[in-house]
Amino acid sequence: MFKLLKRFGGSYRANLVLGPLCKLIEVVFDLFTPIIVAYMIDAGVGTRSVQPVLTGGGILLAMAAVAILFALACQKMASRASQGMGTSIRHSLYEHINALSHADLDRFGTPSLTTRITNDVNQVQLAIALGIRQLMRWPFLAVGSLVAALAIDVRLGLIFVVSMAVVGGLFWFVMKACIPYYRSMQAKLDRIALIVREGLSGVRVVRAFVREGHERRRLADAAQDQAATAIAAGRLSSVLNPVTFLVMYLAVCAILWAGGIQVNIGGLTQGQVVAFVSYMTQALLSIVYVANLVVVFTKASASAARVNEVLACQPSVTDEGAEPVELWGSAGLPDAAEQADGGGLPDAAKQAGASKRVPTLALRNVSFAYPGAAADAVHDATLTLMPGQTLGVIGGTGSGKSTLVSLIPRLYDATEGAVEVLGRDVRAWQLKQLRQVVGMVPQQAMLVSGTIRSNLIWRDAKATDDDLWRALELAQAAEFVRALADGLDAPVEAGGKNFSGGQRQRLTIARALVGAPKLLILDDSASALDYKTDAALRVALASYGRDAAASGELPPAVVVVSQRVASVRAADLICVMRRGNVVGLGTHDELVRTCAIYQEICASQGVEDETVSPGMRQFPPAQLSHETVSPGTTVSRHEEVRHG
Amino acid sequence: MANPYGAVGSVATVASSISSGAGGASGGPDAPGGRDDSLKSALSTGQVLGRLIGCIRPHLGSFLLSFAASAISVVLQLYVPILVGRGIDCIIAAGRVDFSALAPLLLQLIAVIVGAAAFQWVQGYCVNRLAYETVRDLRTQANDKLSRMPISFIDGHAHGDLMSRVVNDADQVGDGLLQGLTQFFTGAVTIAGTLAFMLSISVPMAVVVVLVTPLSVLVASAIARFSNSSFVDQQRIQGQLGGYVEEFVGCQKLVDVFAYGDEVLEGFDALNQELYVAGERAQFLSSLSNPGTRAVNNVIYAIVAVMGCICVITGWPAALTVGGVQTFLSYANQYTKPFNEITGVITQIQAAFASARRLFALMDAPEEEPDAPDAVELDEPRGSVELSHVDFSYVPTRPLLRDICVHAEPGQRFALVGPTGCGKTTLINLLLRFYDVDAGEIRVDGADTARIARDSLRRAFGMVLQESWLFEGTAHDNIAYGKPDATREEVVAAAERARADSFIRALPQGYDTVIPEDGGTFSQGQRQLLCIARVMLTDPAILLLDEATSSIDTRTELQVQRAFDELMKGRTSFIVAHRLSTIRNADCILVMRDGEIIERGTHDELLAAGGAYAELYTSQFTHA
Repeated sequence: MFKLLKRFGGSYRANLVLGPLCKLIEVVFDLFTPIIVAYMIDAGVGTRSVQPVLTGGGILLAMAAVAILFALACQKMASRASQGMGTSIRHSLYEHINALSHADLDRFGTPSLTTRITNDVNQVQLAIALGIRQLMRWPFLAVGSLVAALAIDVRLGLIFVVSMAVVGGLFWFVMKACIPYYRSMQAKLDRIALIVREGLSGVRVVRAFVREGHERRRLADAAQDQAATAIAAGRLSSVLNPVTFLVMYLAVCAILWAGGIQVNIGGLTQGQVVAFVSYMTQALLSIVYVANLVVVFTKASASAARVNEVLACQPSVTDEGAEPVELWGSAGLPDAAEQADGGGLPDAAKQAGASKRVPTLALRNVSFAYPGAAADAVHDATLTLMPGQTLGVIGGTGSGKSTLVSLIPRLYDATEGAVEVLGRDVRAWQLKQLRQVVGMVPQQAMLVSGTIRSNLIWRDAKATDDDLWRALELAQAAEFVRALADGLDAPVEAGGKNFSGGQRQRLTIARALVGAPKLLILDDSASALDYKTDAALRVALASYGRDAAASGELPPAVVVVSQRVASVRAADLICVMRRGNVVGLGTHDELVRTCAIYQEICASQGVEDETVSPGMRQFPPAQLSHETVSPGTTVSRHEEVRHG
Repeated sequence: MANPYGAVGSVATVASSISSGAGGASGGPDAPGGRDDSLKSALSTGQVLGRLIGCIRPHLGSFLLSFAASAISVVLQLYVPILVGRGIDCIIAAGRVDFSALAPLLLQLIAVIVGAAAFQWVQGYCVNRLAYETVRDLRTQANDKLSRMPISFIDGHAHGDLMSRVVNDADQVGDGLLQGLTQFFTGAVTIAGTLAFMLSISVPMAVVVVLVTPLSVLVASAIARFSNSSFVDQQRIQGQLGGYVEEFVGCQKLVDVFAYGDEVLEGFDALNQELYVAGERAQFLSSLSNPGTRAVNNVIYAIVAVMGCICVITGWPAALTVGGVQTFLSYANQYTKPFNEITGVITQIQAAFASARRLFALMDAPEEEPDAPDAVELDEPRGSVELSHVDFSYVPTRPLLRDICVHAEPGQRFALVGPTGCGKTTLINLLLRFYDVDAGEIRVDGADTARIARDSLRRAFGMVLQESWLFEGTAHDNIAYGKPDATREEVVAAAERARADSFIRALPQGYDTVIPEDGGTFSQGQRQLLCIARVMLTDPAILLLDEATSSIDTRTELQVQRAFDELMKGRTSFIVAHRLSTIRNADCILVMRDGEIIERGTHDELLAAGGAYAELYTSQFTHA
């Protein structure tokens, strides 16, 4: 809590100080009221004249008016500061989540992060507001009463001090004991959210298996579990008020008895005992309010700890120390020549010449193990991909294909070896720049609510309609988008659920193509596409590369991760993976002859007959990607246009 | 991914038709469709209150006990000052202290204090219990309700919003109840108690106090009216922000890959800023009620003081002593304080009401049509499936399936082939009655599915969807999902046949390893293997496979394929197929286009016919 105050309170310092001060002034007016009433009685009733009574009444009214002005000022400052700090905390949390590594994201999980950024921040916000509004009021009354009581009689004051210490100790104990309960309550709330979420996302499976009853019981159990913890916590905290009341009034009894003895021997007057008792009740009342504050603050400190946990999580992949890369024109090339020469700024032509000889992607003895894992997920991978070339990565489930490509945009850092993009180690790139150069289509097709346009311009906010349509054409998505009433501005619902799996996949591919990436990674992204669309996509990408090369731009290299031989067979280079190892590297024709595992894969997919057909062999691999696929697929692409 | 199972054929505009005016359509990251406003309740405040009281009914015992305890506790607490006053009267001056009267008085006082504290504790405990048990009931009921809603409803509403109703709104209702009930009861009893004590001292003065107190209530309710609308605004934006976070944090990895974080943050900040404006306003307005009523109370205090003094001086309208004035002042204070407290919890109660409305809106939404009263059970389904002249559309203006006729004998294998979005997936939705046909009939074992109990119909089917759904639980539980009483041997056997056994064994705790929500680090292929094992175990009569093998490990694919062949033996199967082998082995291939079946027949027949299928085949499988 204090950490958060320290970090986010800075710009609200004035409000944090002045707010309670205003409140204090209101409290002081409250304390003056009895004195004015005493004046009315003494001066008015004592002399039997109405004038002082009316004067006193006027003063009371004036004080009420001034008090409310100060109170309003305090409330305003409280709402400004608490909501303002809440807003800053939410902003920082979200900013931090953006920087978290994928491993950390997995660890926290979406529901938990969502709760932290909403509910937890709200709790903290509430605590700040109450802190400003009430934290000063009640302790001030309590302390003021104590001081006044001690001034009357120190010995009787001891009873006061002891009873307040007992109550204070009680609070400390209850607060301590409650914190774990509140933590576990939150965790259990997260679990409830998780179950509801799973029930919604898996509604079809649940119903297909007729397991609604089970899901209902699961939630009911989780809800019961949470309620039990909440009730246990409540049992503890509901002790506070009654025990405080008990202690304080027992102390009043003690004061009456001890005070009676004192009065009897002339050590005190009756009026002093009366004053003592009234101060005691004043303090009692304040402490009850403090007790309520304690509950709010206990909850808030549990929430604050959860917020801090996220903020304290250090992102493992950062671009600390990375220099911005000198970009070559609009193509986003590094100054390869400069690196080679070790200085100077060569002219653009020279750069272009040099860049085309720089591999777009190079893996040098790359190994990677997930944190805590015993074995490497990728072991000693080495390969080079030149601009315009296509790399196919094929292998079984869990063979490390996806892990291998996730090292390229630095979703993880290689544990050994180096990954180079455009001749530069990925760790030397600024993350943002690297990820602009590398376009990636992940396995799962994810769209967010908004419009088709808002989903497409992730890589390039300034993309024109023409750019977007070009990307859609390439991704075989133009037809169905064109058929929508609003075209590019057609609405997309959360999760893209108003589109079919194949449509979503094509839109995510289009998204990666906007902003002309120099390296395009398709991580098993064609799996939701039928073969025909898949083939048409590959043809389109190939011709796109040729067009780029023809217009003098650096043609993009493409990495295709797939389990289908058909998706990779035309690639310039195929990387066959098994259990994290690269077990084959070469063209389709080479691998078919030399790589046993590749042969097995081909056999399982029924491509053995075609591989031996002489018609396929006559094309050199580089051309395969452009020409071989074309004759059949131009037709099919045309079909797609008509029926998609 | 936020919602892997939201994918339904081309649901194009279902959602917008279900949730007209939802925020989802308004574009850009700055205006995400977080909370949708279509699910609104038209209940009046009184009706909401009635419903809430209905929710409390099961806990009537705690409810009444807490009320009684509160009443007793407050009366005892009000009696304490009187006893203390009598005690002070025993201590007059030096040598004039009546210890013989003081001693029993103090014992009485101690008894009253202990009683008051005990009953206060009972009250606090009961209210606490009541509130949390009510929250639990509300959550359970809301979730039960969700399980009875038609799939179209769940497809058509933001999951984040539905979730927030079950999780957050139920909490808000609880908080409102907790705070509201405690303070309301004690407040009401304190008012009644002090009123009685005041009347016993001086009737005219009591009347004065009673007449001026409504001022306090008026001010409080005026403030409440003001802050109420700003509260609704705050709630709405809060909901949007929650939806935004839910959605974007849900695909944070993607955002990261695209280095799109800054833009997402911008969208978040815009909402965050809106929330600041609305939240600050709501908080300020609602926080006015305390100082507002306090100010009014101060005015009342002044009036009572002036009136009281005048009574003492002039004896009009009633005679009063100075001591009487003091008592009255303290009671006037006591009398108005509960109003203060009650208005203090009004904000909480308002939030609880807003949440209760949202919760009840969900509970009142129309449910899935129940099974027909004469619905039959499918005992030992044989697996004949017949679709006759089926028409279907998600939105009336966009017909999707037209005049679909298919007749499958038990054990026949059908491959559905066609471009994406031609209605293949929709067929699965209809067969399982996730959606109902617009026209025509679907018959299973000769009975119209509309006349078959849904549960028994669905048990006849086994389904593997494109995107695999796993829940947080062990690998064993995930596989045994459709047959929870399955033994470990059965589960292992199913996993072996699905080729999932080896990688499950490699997990740290084997079959007892807890799989995180959405499968965590499992590859899509592994997730799908688990889902296949799940179906293997249930042994259904009819199989629906939606591109089931599309991302399975190619090396084990052949083996899985064989396992499927084995499983499909004697079972009717519909496969949305991309694999050549699947298609070739089908008894009948249905070539679909634009929601119609344009060709049907075996692989050889269709090739020989030289139509659309032949064209498709040559383009995909010979040159790819």
